[in-house]
Amino acid sequence: MDEAQLRSLTPSVLGILVRRGADFAAAEDAVQDALVEAVRSWPADPPRDPKGWLVTRAWRRFLDAARADAARRRREELVDEEPMPGPTPPVDDTLQLYFLCAHPSLTPSSAVALTLRAVGGLTTRQIAQAYLVPEATMAQRISRAKRTVSGVRFDQPGDVATVLRVLYLIFNEGYSGDVDLAAEAIRLTRQLAAAIDHPEVAGLLALMLLHHARRATRLTPDGSLVPLAEQDRSRWDTESIAEGVEILQAALARDRLGEFQAQAAIAALHADAPTTEETDWVQIVEWYDELARLTDSPVVRLNRAVAVGEADGPRAGLAALATLDPALPRHAAVAAYLHERDGDLVTAARLYAEAGRKAANLAERAHLTRQAARLNAHRAEH
Amino acid sequence: MAKYLLLKHYRGGPAPVNDVPMDQWTPEEISAHVQYMSDFAGRLETTGEFVDGQALAPEGTFVRSDGEGRPPITDGPFAETKDLIAGWYIIDVSSYERALELAGELSAAPGAGGKPIHEWLELRPLLTVPPTITE
Repeated sequence: MDEAQLRSLTPSVLGILVRRGADFAAAEDAVQDALVEAVRSWPADPPRDPKGWLVTRAWRRFLDAARADAARRRREELVDEEPMPGPTPPVDDTLQLYFLCAHPSLTPSSAVALTLRAVGGLTTRQIAQAYLVPEATMAQRISRAKRTVSGVRFDQPGDVATVLRVLYLIFNEGYSGDVDLAAEAIRLTRQLAAAIDHPEVAGLLALMLLHHARRATRLTPDGSLVPLAEQDRSRWDTESIAEGVEILQAALARDRLGEFQAQAAIAALHADAPTTEETDWVQIVEWYDELARLTDSPVVRLNRAVAVGEADGPRAGLAALATLDPALPRHAAVAAYLHERDGDLVTAARLYAEAGRKAANLAERAHLTRQAARLNAHRAEH
Repeated sequence: MAKYLLLKHYRGGPAPVNDVPMDQWTPEEISAHVQYMSDFAGRLETTGEFVDGQALAPEGTFVRSDGEGRPPITDGPFAETKDLIAGWYIIDVSSYERALELAGELSAAPGAGGKPIHEWLELRPLLTVPPTITE
C-alpha cells in the first residue's frame, strides 16, 4: 500500500467530516483512527474507493465517539439529521484546513505540528521523531493546538501569508528520522498550489523545488558543508530546477511580486549558472534590492553584501557590509570571505575563527574553523 | 546497566596535554578530529551504549530570578572560573570501568599534529529512580 497516497487523502477526508458538522478535534481523532485501520487492513483487502472507505470509517468512528460521550448528545442529534452526502468536492475543504492549521492564535511550533498531522496525515510519533522531541510532548502540543482552534469557524477565510510561513518552517527543518520534512513540505505546498491561485504560493513552491534540487550536493556523506562554488553541479536535480523555473516564470508574469517569488528568482539564477563565476551576480543584486524593499530584513541585506562582493568586487561587498550590525548571524563569516577575496588573509583567518565560534550548527562550525585553519596553515608555510 | 554523562568542557577543567586552538590546526587535522568523534558515536550505537550526544555553543549566559518580570542576566557569578560545557554524551554501560574506558577513548581524539589532545572529560553517573524491589 502506498503510504503517501493514503496521507494525501487525509485533508479531504477530514474536511468532509468537519463540513458534516463534526468538531475539528473529534474529527481529527476519528480520521487518525481510520488511517491506522487502513494501514492494517488495506494490504490484505484493498478498497475500490480508498477515499470513500476512509470517510465511512472515520465517520463511523466519530459517531461512536460522539455517542459514547453523553455531553455530546445534542451534537449527535444534530448530525443524525444531516443527510449522508455522496462524494464531496474536496478542494475547498482542504484549503480551509490549511488556514485552520495555520491560525494566528497558534504558536508557530503548534501550527507546524497541527499542519503535519491534519493536512499531512503524519502520525504523532512520526512528527515527534522528525522534531526530536518525546512523543508525549508532541501529543500534548497537538491536542493543545486542536483545543485552540476548536471554536474557530471552519469557513473563515485565512491569511495565505501565515500558511506559507508554516510550510516554509516545515521545509527548513529538512531531514531527520524516517520523515523527510522538506519533501513533505513540497508535497503540501503542491497540494495548496493546486487548490488556490496565488502568485506567492507558486513562488514558495518554486523556491522549495529550486532549493531541494541542490540539497544532495550541499553536504558530503560525512556531513561536512560544501560551499556553493564547490558543489558538483552535475548532481543537481535538473528536472526539479526546470519545474521550479517554469512555476516561477508563470508567477512573475502576473506582476504581483512577493518575497517568496523574489527569493525563488535568486535561487533560479544560481541553479541556472554552469559555474559560480558565470552566475549573473548583477541580476542577483537587483533581486536582493527587491527583496530588501519587500522585507526590510537585515539578513537579506547581509546576503546582498555577498552578491555585491561577487558583482562589483570584495571592496564593494565590504562597503555594503559596513552599514550592517556586526552582531547579525553570519556577519563574521561574510566579512571573512570578503577579506580573503580582497587578499587580507590575516583578518580573514581571525574572522573565520570568530564565525566558527558563533556558528549555530556543527557543520557550519567545522567548515568555518577549517577555513581559518586553511589560511593559518598557509601562512605558516610561507 | 548504568547511565553516565560524559561532559566536554570549553574551559573550567585543567588544560589538555596537546593544547592548541583548533583554528591553528591544519584542515586535515580538523577533519580527522571530526571523523574520530563521529566514529566514536557510531561505535557506541552499534554496541548499544549510546543514549544521547549534543554539542553546545561556546557562549553561555547566567540568569537568575530577580523578582517578577526582571530576570537579571550577568556574564556569570564566578568571573575567574566560569565553566562552559562544550557538549555531552550520555552512555548506558554495564559498569563504571566501561564508562572510564569510553571516556579515555574520547579524550584521545586526535588534534594538532595528529596527536591525541588528551583533554580532560568529566564523567558523572546519572541519578536514577529507586528500584522496585528493595529487600
